[in-house]
Amino acid sequence: MPEIGLTINGLPVTVDEGTTLLEAVRFLGWPIPTLCYMDGLSPYGACRLCVVEIGEGAEARLVSSCTYPAQEGLKVRTASERVLRARRMTLELLLASCPQSKTIQDLAAAHGVRQQRFKQEYEDCILCGRCVRMCEEQMMAKAIGFRNRGENRSIGTPFDIKSDVCRLCGACMYVCPTCQLRCTYNEPERAICGACANLTPPCIDKEQFNDMMCYMSPCVACEIEKEG
Amino acid sequence: MREKLNSIDHFEALQDRLVSEWDRDVPTIVIPAGTCGRAAGADELIHATQQEITSRKLDGRIRLRITGCHGLCEMEPCVLIEPEGTIYPKIDPTEMARIVEAVARGEVLEDLLSQDPETGARIQKQKDLPFLKKQVRTILGRNEMLDPMRIEDYVRSGGYSAMAKVLARGAPAAVVEDVKASGLRGRGGAGFPTGRKWELLAKQPSDGGKFLVCNADEGDPGAYMDRSVLEGNPHSIVEGMIIGAYGTGATEGVIYVRNEYPLAVEHADIALQQARELGLLGEHILGTDFCFDISLVRGAGAFVCGEETALIRSIEGKIGEPRQRPPFPVEKGIDNKPTAINNVETWANIPIIIAQGAQQFAEIGTANNSGTKVFSLVGKIRNTGLVEVPMGTTIREIVHDIGGGPAGNARIKAVQTGGPSGGCIPAEMFDLPIDYDSLVEAGSIMGSGGMIVMDEDTCMVDVARYFMNFLKDESCGKCFTCRKGTQRMYEILDDIAKGSGTLEQLDLLEELAHVVKDTAMCGLGQTAPNPVLSTLRYFRDEYVEHIRKRRCPAGVCKELITYSINENCVGCQACVRACPVGAVKGREKEQHSIDAEKCIKCGLCRNVCKFEAVDVT
Repeated sequence: MPEIGLTINGLPVTVDEGTTLLEAVRFLGWPIPTLCYMDGLSPYGACRLCVVEIGEGAEARLVSSCTYPAQEGLKVRTASERVLRARRMTLELLLASCPQSKTIQDLAAAHGVRQQRFKQEYEDCILCGRCVRMCEEQMMAKAIGFRNRGENRSIGTPFDIKSDVCRLCGACMYVCPTCQLRCTYNEPERAICGACANLTPPCIDKEQFNDMMCYMSPCVACEIEKEG
Repeated sequence: MREKLNSIDHFEALQDRLVSEWDRDVPTIVIPAGTCGRAAGADELIHATQQEITSRKLDGRIRLRITGCHGLCEMEPCVLIEPEGTIYPKIDPTEMARIVEAVARGEVLEDLLSQDPETGARIQKQKDLPFLKKQVRTILGRNEMLDPMRIEDYVRSGGYSAMAKVLARGAPAAVVEDVKASGLRGRGGAGFPTGRKWELLAKQPSDGGKFLVCNADEGDPGAYMDRSVLEGNPHSIVEGMIIGAYGTGATEGVIYVRNEYPLAVEHADIALQQARELGLLGEHILGTDFCFDISLVRGAGAFVCGEETALIRSIEGKIGEPRQRPPFPVEKGIDNKPTAINNVETWANIPIIIAQGAQQFAEIGTANNSGTKVFSLVGKIRNTGLVEVPMGTTIREIVHDIGGGPAGNARIKAVQTGGPSGGCIPAEMFDLPIDYDSLVEAGSIMGSGGMIVMDEDTCMVDVARYFMNFLKDESCGKCFTCRKGTQRMYEILDDIAKGSGTLEQLDLLEELAHVVKDTAMCGLGQTAPNPVLSTLRYFRDEYVEHIRKRRCPAGVCKELITYSINENCVGCQACVRACPVGAVKGREKEQHSIDAEKCIKCGLCRNVCKFEAVDVT
């Protein structure tokens, strides 16, 4: 395979043609945070956390490293002031919208983002599209997809009707970086059920859990508990 | 059904016949009936004219030509009389009887002519209108010469000769060289040299076919240049694309037009059919070995689909969402085949370059920005309409000389160029020559050519909020920073406009705007913060005044203004009757007052008051 020579953080390196900047940077050991990227799924470039700075002088710009191919002679900086500033603002925006996600909290903490200055929202989904790509590319189902645009964008099945091609495999939940499709029993305000932490879903104690479970009715965790 | 032309000689014979059969001296009534003209009442004018001509048995002695838009929005519906070039603005259908009568006698109706706003003198000829004097109308000027539904009109006025010239010359590389030499830059906004794009396309392997696309997904609020060209002269686009295909070896063409332009869709469709009938499009064009066909794809109304990678996905039938470049469309475009995308106006320039020669084209405009550019001049300006000027014309010339200055009494404060992704340029900078590079330097962009004039009654915070509202709805939502960033910018702007903003929020707004510009993937996201950044750059005082003094200097932001009545009030009760919520109280011939609790700040009282008795503070 033809090789490509580029400079990452001042260090000349060679990588195989077709390698993305993210793959190259991570292979060489520099850290880059990501949310929408996942090995085995096609890169999408939605979360913008993996931005790196390329080019020099007035031509310098930020690009998402997961989607940008390594090019001959390219000069890449993975942690310049401009990159860090952008990353911190992106994390602040994430924290402002999805404060309950442990993944986002951890990333923010790691980057020194201790506060967010916007009006607090409590959303779960960051629309990174991992579930959509998982469903299409690995499960060959295409049961869910993006709908609408701008602030009305959401992920789901067409017309919100349970899709015939969905096999309830749960892969979409498995790959979710913000753990959004967790069991919330019948109290949406108690968004963190703690099931993943202590393995005893709170719904077990309740009498009726017929139709207010997570979309995998019946809830797998509850089924296991009952059988046991 | 038209007879198919089998050779270039055949085509030239047809053109010669059409020209020789045409009697220039037959008086012709020209009625512009683009979408805008029709909305203003051109259909009624056409109907009345047809009736008058028939009832007076003047068929054959007076011709009627229905054309696309001439760009004289302020004068619609208007009537142009050829060959004299007399123009009658704002004509009522009932006047048509007099006009037809006068045309038959070769007279001019003085009382219907337009007036010079300063001297009051009547202006008879279209070319003498102040609006047109400084314009160079190489593209728009052709709209009035032809009926867009008749290919014969286009051929007679010299159409398709550039294509025939190129086919007869036989050297495709020379076409690309001509376009390169002309210095034409993409009219869609980014200003990439068209010749270079074509050169790249020509170099791509042609085994699987190549695409040419005409981007007619014009979505900027207040911009309608492309619509007027596609409606008024669709064959110029078709001819441009055929020439482009010959030069680059493209095999398929696509006109991507938004479905909100039904007339443009219809006219483009008819143009394609007629060109095929004549053998100008399809297999073996004019009997040569050159084959090329164009299909029409209608866009479903997403602003982001004007971005080229989103446009490609939309043509492929997928969700309109941009993707990372590289690979550039010229390497991997529609169905992964090499694709070159150009704007409507770019395509319309191609036949002109070939017909005139690249050198002559390059003489118009400035060194690095050749040719003319069409702008749609709208907003608080006297002469709204389509303006075509050489590149390098100053904003002052467009706003004051062509546009005729402010529409009302308020002083002009800024112009907004480039649509929602553009920026505001303050009046102090009106000597700026308009070209791609100087606009970027000033913090705006050329964009496709929207130009919105703002006066002192326009609040810049409100303007930024308006554009951000548009952008947060039109962001595709793929990039998190663009989707959430535009929402958050809107949120802060809304707070400021409502008087609850803080200075910390203002800093946050600026910080966020820079990050969105930096981190978004496509052109939409990268330019989305421009309305915020440029208004902050030039009109920061207005923001600060909203925050510190809780006051809107332009008197626009409803939460920050109060209406009151001063002693000029004569007690005429006009405002009492006009108020929709009964907030104005007062007896006849006594000074009225406004109940601030009830007042919804709609401004109706101020509009109806003849004594300047309603204050906004």
